[in-house]
Amino acid sequence: MTGTMFEKAWAEHVVKPLGGGEDLVWIDRHFTHDLSGPFSLKSLQEHGLALRRPDLTIAVVDHGVSTETGRSEASTPASEKLMPLYRDLTSQYGVRLFSIDDERQGIVHVVGPELGLCQPGAFIVCGDSHTCTQGGVGAIAWGIGSTEVVQVLATQTLIVLRPKTMLVRIDGATSPGVGAKDLILALIAKYGADGGSGHAIEYAGTAVEALSIEGRMTLCNLTVEFGARIGFVAPDEKTFDYLMDRPWSPRGEAWTAASAHWRWLRSDPGATYDKWIELDAGAVAPQISWGTSPAHTVAIDGVAPDPAEAPDAATAEAWRAALEYMALRPGARLAGLRVQNVFIGSCTNSRFEDLERAAEVVRGRRVAEGVRAWVVPGSQSVKRQAEAAGLRDVFVQAGFRWREPGCSMCVSMNGEKVPPGERCVSTSNRNFVGRQGPGARTHLASPETAAASAIEGRIADARSYADGSRHA
Amino acid sequence: MASGSVAEPRVRVAGRGCVLRGDDIDTDRIIPARFLRCVTFDGLGEHAFEDDRQQAKGDHPLDDERFDGARVLLVGRNFGCGSSREHAPQALWRRGFEAFVGESFAEIFFGNCVALGLPCVTLSRSVLEEAMDSVELEPGQELVVDLEARTLRYRGGTRPVEIPDGARRQLVEGSWNATAVLLEAGSAIDARARELPYVSGF
Repeated sequence: MTGTMFEKAWAEHVVKPLGGGEDLVWIDRHFTHDLSGPFSLKSLQEHGLALRRPDLTIAVVDHGVSTETGRSEASTPASEKLMPLYRDLTSQYGVRLFSIDDERQGIVHVVGPELGLCQPGAFIVCGDSHTCTQGGVGAIAWGIGSTEVVQVLATQTLIVLRPKTMLVRIDGATSPGVGAKDLILALIAKYGADGGSGHAIEYAGTAVEALSIEGRMTLCNLTVEFGARIGFVAPDEKTFDYLMDRPWSPRGEAWTAASAHWRWLRSDPGATYDKWIELDAGAVAPQISWGTSPAHTVAIDGVAPDPAEAPDAATAEAWRAALEYMALRPGARLAGLRVQNVFIGSCTNSRFEDLERAAEVVRGRRVAEGVRAWVVPGSQSVKRQAEAAGLRDVFVQAGFRWREPGCSMCVSMNGEKVPPGERCVSTSNRNFVGRQGPGARTHLASPETAAASAIEGRIADARSYADGSRHA
Repeated sequence: MASGSVAEPRVRVAGRGCVLRGDDIDTDRIIPARFLRCVTFDGLGEHAFEDDRQQAKGDHPLDDERFDGARVLLVGRNFGCGSSREHAPQALWRRGFEAFVGESFAEIFFGNCVALGLPCVTLSRSVLEEAMDSVELEPGQELVVDLEARTLRYRGGTRPVEIPDGARRQLVEGSWNATAVLLEAGSAIDARARELPYVSGF
């Protein structure tokens, strides 16, 4: 029998078929964060339920905490309210908590893979839609709502409608200055914000193979912006190299057995998918979003669209509203627009390689006057690694703020936000209305584009900074 | 499971409609992130679409008195995309909506709705637009989302709607409050867990 990786992983996780395309599935890991965690643990307690597997439940803090240097655990209005409850409940239920005093603290989707908690084929959930990021190491990982979080806490299982399978093939060599972020934004721009709806996506093709594991996490991160809950890259030698010797990775004989299992999970040659789409990596330029959906994205030398040329009335209305919110005229060039904020961070682009690529652009230059530029490393581990490699100095000398790990201005839950009416080039994943603060105007882009825009004070094409030695 | 869910069958929802046009409406718009600091869903209803409504200065469907008391929300394509926050369906439910009719729904939003016993049904763009036009023209009419018959009834006629079988069964049978069902699966869960390579060493 030939099967796709998703089908094989699914089959081995089914506890009980429920009919109607739904199955009860086992969950290998469950991450909670400082927003979903306190709420759900409290709900579990109120219902008088036991936590079934505290050992498979990992609690992190990222959404609500401050990223200010010298922060305390409860120094924002959100964390002041939530953290005492979170500490109390995780301690009562015996759940590991990586809080800000822990060297493992960071954004959940950065921390999980770097600790080896995320493994190929493992079913992983979290009350956060970007859980799909963990598909970069081959995990089958997806975001759930609070009620489902309580169900997982109580039973370590979930009732799930089995998604269909989709293969996204990205072939070809990327141009210098083009990375994983550009590939996934281009995919969403081409097929729409619901292009992957109803499917579990396997990303494959030569351009995907060429990406590092960190790049694959960036790629998988925006899967939910493509309308799918699950996106992953099948494990290969790079995956095994990445996972080897991480704190929670299997060791010795367990490693031999696990890696053999991971190899077996790979889609068989000739396996068929319900849907199959393609993207030519060689045709992708650096991307920049112009509107209020990640699908509102064009090449860096492109222009905002004209609603008069929209394919239908609904799209025309959406474009008109987005242009108005973003204060752009139809046909306006994106490159050259003045920006007041630059945010390098989030579960999309806050890993070491992201910071390294941004630093290459920044090195020896200065942030333009009037631009507030932040680097928010994804985890304490990333921060330590970047500091040891001298990246902190590069950013600080250029006039960037170097901050503590957390979600920060991606979701602006902790009060760190873009002021109304100001533009921000952001390496995060959502340019929704009000996402970075009421009235904030977000332009999604890669770390290189964000860095170049900070230097110029305008949306800038980072390719003019490239020396041809960029990482894939 | 969350406060407010009722373990009773949801066979049909009948009531007035409210028309909210637009595609790709994300959950940040439905309930802005600052309202996620709460440790209860109580009181979220008044903040549904808060920033959009402020921006519209009273000219938002949720503030349109013609739609007062509506129980069925008619929406476009990919409704509820973005963040997994259950606060989004919670806020809409607490504002009085008990069923959603649209061209398509984002998966996490859909799953959250089922977990709360709130049906999301879909129909084609052209039929949807007819229904929206009809409700805007005659906001006083009663709509019926019938899960047993898989139909939407309105002044313009009875139209077939789609909903995945599993979700429909959970709603119609009243088994959408899944935690109790799950807890009964005890031994089968442990047996499955032991066969997997991911839980050793924990």
